[in-house]
Amino acid sequence: MSEGVLHAGAGHAAHHADYLEEPKGLWSWLTTVDHKRIGLMYMWSVLFFFLVGGLFALLIRLELLTPKQTIMDAETYNRVFTLHGAIMTFLVIIPAIPGALGNFALPLLLGAKDVAFPRLNLASLYIYWTGAAMAVATLALGGVDTGWTFYTPYSTTTGGGVSLMVLAAFVLGFSSIFTGVNFIATVHKLRAPGMGWFEMPLFCWGMYATAIIQILATPVLGITLLLIVMERVLGVGIFDPQLGGDPVLFQHFFWFYSHPAVYIMILPAMAVISEVIPTFSKKTIFGYKAIAFSSVAIALLGFLVWAHHMFVAGMSLFAGAIFSFLTFFIAVPSAIKVFNWIATMWRGSISLEAPMLHAISFLLIFTIGGLTGLFLAALSTDVHLHDTYFVVAHFHFVMAGANLIALLAGMHYWWPKMFGRMYNRRLAAIAAGIIFVGFNLTFLPQFVLGSRGMPRRYFNYLPQFQDLHVISTVGSWVLAAGLFLTAAYLLASFRQPKGMPANPWGGRTLEWETTSPPTTHNFEGQPVLQHGPYDYRPEPAPVGVKEMAH
Amino acid sequence: MNWFRNFLLPPGASTHVGEMDGLFMFITLLTVFFFFFNGALIFYAVRRWRRRSEKEVTPHITHDTRLELVWSLIPLIVVMVIFFWGFRGYVKAWVAPNDSMEIIVTGKKWVWEFEYPDGTRTLNDLHVPVNQPVKLVLTAEDVIHSFYIPEFRLKRDAIPGRYTELWFTATRPGIYQVFCTEYCGRGHSDMLARIFVDTPEQYETFLREGDEQVRKMPLKELGRLVWENKGCATCHSLDGTRGQGPSWKGIWNQRHKGADGKEHLVDADYIRQSILMPQAVVVQGFEPIMPTYQGLLREREILAVIEFIKELQ
Repeated sequence: MSEGVLHAGAGHAAHHADYLEEPKGLWSWLTTVDHKRIGLMYMWSVLFFFLVGGLFALLIRLELLTPKQTIMDAETYNRVFTLHGAIMTFLVIIPAIPGALGNFALPLLLGAKDVAFPRLNLASLYIYWTGAAMAVATLALGGVDTGWTFYTPYSTTTGGGVSLMVLAAFVLGFSSIFTGVNFIATVHKLRAPGMGWFEMPLFCWGMYATAIIQILATPVLGITLLLIVMERVLGVGIFDPQLGGDPVLFQHFFWFYSHPAVYIMILPAMAVISEVIPTFSKKTIFGYKAIAFSSVAIALLGFLVWAHHMFVAGMSLFAGAIFSFLTFFIAVPSAIKVFNWIATMWRGSISLEAPMLHAISFLLIFTIGGLTGLFLAALSTDVHLHDTYFVVAHFHFVMAGANLIALLAGMHYWWPKMFGRMYNRRLAAIAAGIIFVGFNLTFLPQFVLGSRGMPRRYFNYLPQFQDLHVISTVGSWVLAAGLFLTAAYLLASFRQPKGMPANPWGGRTLEWETTSPPTTHNFEGQPVLQHGPYDYRPEPAPVGVKEMAH
Repeated sequence: MNWFRNFLLPPGASTHVGEMDGLFMFITLLTVFFFFFNGALIFYAVRRWRRRSEKEVTPHITHDTRLELVWSLIPLIVVMVIFFWGFRGYVKAWVAPNDSMEIIVTGKKWVWEFEYPDGTRTLNDLHVPVNQPVKLVLTAEDVIHSFYIPEFRLKRDAIPGRYTELWFTATRPGIYQVFCTEYCGRGHSDMLARIFVDTPEQYETFLREGDEQVRKMPLKELGRLVWENKGCATCHSLDGTRGQGPSWKGIWNQRHKGADGKEHLVDADYIRQSILMPQAVVVQGFEPIMPTYQGLLREREILAVIEFIKELQ
């Protein structure tokens, strides 16, 4: 544990109960405009759907234990993998870090009382719940069997609750846009006095870059999904060739959002890692500007590469070449970030607490996830690997591995700040190891399955693929064990007394200057920035926050 | 390195293999190298600079422009090499030679249909001569499918209302698996086809007299083969399980109630009619979704199906 921390004085507590305690009652939570409470409600909702989506994943892996039918029939299997994908994408990964950690931590890191538009923030949570309810309600209409990508004309001609699911994704888009608008305004207007753009913690840069994508790309998905509903309900021919439409047009529209959305998933993960590594290396971040600008570069370049999902979809040779070329440029800022993080650890004072272990696991998994992207960006190799398990493995490494492990890193990092309690750190370290092993055991074999020719979304498969499927399924059990262990010790932490000091990890960003958990208005008075976010220099003695009279 | 390639990739059998495998192995080695490189750096840093006291002071290093230039430019150069390498292979696989033989491929739920230059049509079995450039013109009838031959390192979507192309020269006689790789519903994972790469003589015989197995196999065995390979199995079970269509178990000499309310005796003529004009009688409770097999099965194959159903008591 670190020295030099501010304790919540007993006398203070009487006047300033923390945000968890005051005001009391369910109604006060449901009508709160406190970004921290909204962040927590996002977190519990996201974790609930992560459990649901994860159980679907276990069912999928169990079904694939044998080449023919194992536990369900083909039609059920198609519905299960669609729900797994749709829930994990729209209800878990996209909102996870911005909705939960972003809402909780962004204003604290900026030294602000709240986000710029607190009511809009609450609205985004309600819209999320509405969209989630609609997505779950599709089960009553016989489920959806299109895959989360809703490719036309399959999606406009198949039965079931496709229209409702598509509308659910439409509604969820607004929740994402509201969060984005809020974060942009917050970063522009509510930074603490003395905090210029380059004194902002890098988490805020990551959230800012994410927000740009959220507000620019999400509307395109919304419109596209409405076009599907128009075709299904009103019979307007937009994508279905039988009605005079063009099915490939849908893919362009869809990926124009959904490729940038991949960066909605990875930028927040990078944002968390940029906080965790300096704190647990007790050293200033290496290449602050390079990390900040590479986030923005990824956000902007992310808009120019969508058609690399369509190299075999009958696009012209020229278009294929352009999109492949542009895609490779994303590799450069990604590589820069990884090297910067490793350089930050160099000559540091490294403490292997659970958040740091997850961050290291992120670095290794993201290295594999990023580099395997090169196979799919290159034209000739993509032709062989497109729509095989290689792609499944690749996007699970970047979306599931990198994003969710960063979510775990962030949750373990800010848990004492959120609740004023500490989890069992030994168990946390063990669980981080189990999750890393389980994840790789599940998804590494899938790269080989794919390069050997196993297509994705297959209910039956040829017997020659069984060995690797068995390893992958066993891996999913190890991964699940690690995650359930994590859930257990995190929940058990609530039996610990509240008593965390303000700054248990010795961090240098503003959230560690207030009590754990913070009061409703975060800080007593307006904090003024006295040093950079990752300044660990002992001399001249930084005074941290100077409280202004109020 | 060969054992590693053979572990990762199926044996190659077309002219596109060399180009793709070379790049594939290059990126694989790059991935393995950087994984261990980054892993070693992290491992070293953690061992060497593990925190021993809370009082430790770390150097304040904000950046190093020269180092950062190095690790920006090296990745940039590497990815540009990969881009041009991948582009070269893609271009080669794009433009079919002028003397290519053209075969029209139609994907529909959940079978592949092939039409040869002389008008011969086959289902799920594609015969091509070895060492002869072949151009496949792909289209689809219902939804998007994708034609994937791992051994040839080739794949292209078959899109309704459009034509896409794919070409190859097969280099080794043999039988190669074709998968549908664009999700197309319940039968997606059963939408398999095979490419028979024939010697020129075998290919001539095939065009003249049809498949060797069709000519020589006993009818009952051939019937099972037709059931497996021509798409019947996707909808019609043999064990009484209800599928998209009625199961074949025990239907011989029974009466089927049609959607028109009339009863029909399941005999040879009924089966033949159901294969060639499936909409003539649709069994009550089932959707009229079966495609016609007119021109797609040889006479002997239809007879074989009839014999096969007879046996399924």
